[in-house]
Amino acid sequence: MISIRNVSHSIDHHPILHDVSLDIPRGGITALIGPNGAGKSTLLSLVARLAALTTGEISVDTLQIGKCKDRDLAKVLAIMPQSTQVSSRLTIRDLVGFGRYPWHQGHPGPEDREKVEETLTRFGLEPLAHRFLDEVSGGQKQRAFAAMAYAQSTPYLLLDEPLNNLDIAASRSLMRLLRDMAEEDGKTILIVLHDINYAAAFADRLVVMKEGRIAADGKPEKVVSAKLLYDVFGTDAPVCMMDERPVVLV
Amino acid sequence: MLRNRFLILGTLLALSVVGYMTLGAVGSWSFLIPFRASKLAALALVSVCLAVSTVLFQTITANRILTPSVMGFDALYVFILTAIVHSFGAAGYAAIPAPLLFVMNLVLMTGMGLVLFSLLIKGGRGDILKMVLTGIVLGILIRALTGFLQRMIDPSEFQTIQSVSFARFTYVDKLNLAMAAVVALPALVMAWRMRHRLDVIALGPVAATGLGETPKRGQRQALVLICLLTASATALAGPMSSGGAGPSSFFGLIVAALAHMITPSYKHSVLLPSAAMLACITLIGGQTVMERVLHLSTPLAVVIEVLGGITFLILLLKRRMA
Ligand SMILES: Nc1ncnc2c1ncn2[C@@H]1O[C@H](COP(=O)(O)OP(=O)(O)OP(=O)(O)O)[C@@H](O)[C@H]1O
Ligand SMILES: [Mg+2]
Repeated sequence: MISIRNVSHSIDHHPILHDVSLDIPRGGITALIGPNGAGKSTLLSLVARLAALTTGEISVDTLQIGKCKDRDLAKVLAIMPQSTQVSSRLTIRDLVGFGRYPWHQGHPGPEDREKVEETLTRFGLEPLAHRFLDEVSGGQKQRAFAAMAYAQSTPYLLLDEPLNNLDIAASRSLMRLLRDMAEEDGKTILIVLHDINYAAAFADRLVVMKEGRIAADGKPEKVVSAKLLYDVFGTDAPVCMMDERPVVLV
Repeated sequence: MLRNRFLILGTLLALSVVGYMTLGAVGSWSFLIPFRASKLAALALVSVCLAVSTVLFQTITANRILTPSVMGFDALYVFILTAIVHSFGAAGYAAIPAPLLFVMNLVLMTGMGLVLFSLLIKGGRGDILKMVLTGIVLGILIRALTGFLQRMIDPSEFQTIQSVSFARFTYVDKLNLAMAAVVALPALVMAWRMRHRLDVIALGPVAATGLGETPKRGQRQALVLICLLTASATALAGPMSSGGAGPSSFFGLIVAALAHMITPSYKHSVLLPSAAMLACITLIGGQTVMERVLHLSTPLAVVIEVLGGITFLILLLKRRMA
């Protein structure tokens, strides 16, 4: 379980998060949604120890953020980084191989290589495995970063807007993969999404943030409504139900 | 492919070493061999230090066009020298025992280097322009301070500074060489042991943190190594830009760029040895060819500066195009 207890956070004396508490039990996909600047990325980066926690407590299973060793946490919690500039001499196989680093510290064994090949197959990256990262499309790169996080074999996975710059096919197939990971491998996934329709279609639970606080929390069909869109996002988009899933008409 | 490239580099390195030891011999071998061997050892130590510190620096600052000496390490050396002569006079300077002077240089340069670099690192990774500008401005500031101090020094004493900061590498003090090695060799071993962590840090702060590395800690450790390596090379050989064989603004840049070109890889286990070998080939081979084969009186440093300047421009232009 990821347990977030009374977390507040300020940047340069500007309060960003106000006393946020949230429990994410093992299993399933939890999507964080909310308007720009609500504090979603900030909350995620505190869980991922990318920013230092000052007030409150966060723990992942028995490991407490800020107290446990980074190396131990890396075996439990993986982050999918945005595909920022990385060395142009890195192939997709090399990148996925880095996912094994927490387990082998630079000296990969046969089981690490096996896991990399399995990951490449699962993500359909085999035909591209030998390509350098600057020789593939943005969507393929994104998929490779997701594969790296998967190869890390952690029970928890954090993603911040992984669908950025992806077309509809790439978005759906990445979300499908995450769904499979949650269902088949029992992974716990915490993901920041902007598109409420994707969140409602693929997540088990939505956590809505507004101005540094949690504004709503629950199953998609309970949370997504025209009223919520008006209250939280300040927009009056109609919502209808299709196949028992709420759909926002844009 | 990498294997063959390393074989070629190894051959070139062996040729440079043999050429340096044997070509143009005058006088008895029993005198020549130990004399040249200690110079060779000093050249090799300086080359490896500068190559490794540049590769580390480029990794932790995530750029390919900066070297630790762009930030004014040579300026620091001349500044320390000037400050000593200014405070104690030329006689006072001459009275300082060589080992003490060496240790003072090492400690001061490492210390000031650490302060400078940690300020620069704070300025933020990625903001490369700010870093370059701050570095250059600091270099100018140190040079201006040096000039100011030199103006207040007696002209005859000023001569001391000039002769000391120019004539280097004609004679290698064995004790200095030993002291530089005592500092540099452990630092080199530690740099080598960081190789896998450096690969991870090069993925960027988010990915590195996710994989269990702490980028800030890695950067700090690498900075300490960079300062120790650059300082011991400079304390041993003097700055290259003022005639010594030590840090030139561009030497590290050339060998790091060549390493990326000749042995392309993201792995520091490839880049570090490749850059070190290229540095030895450039400095030892270059010295041999210039002095013993072509009998040119142009100092090698000048050639390196010119070639390095061109490399720098090419790298800059390539960045603009990309
Ligand atoms: N480095 C920073 N310095 C100052 N303020 C910041 C910084 N980073 C974020 N903020 C502020 O913190 C608040 C929350 O930012 P955060 O990035 O967490 O929002 P978000 O919910 O992820 O938004 P988005 O949907 O646009 O990604 C915003 O008001 C933002 O302006
Ligand atoms: Mg965000």
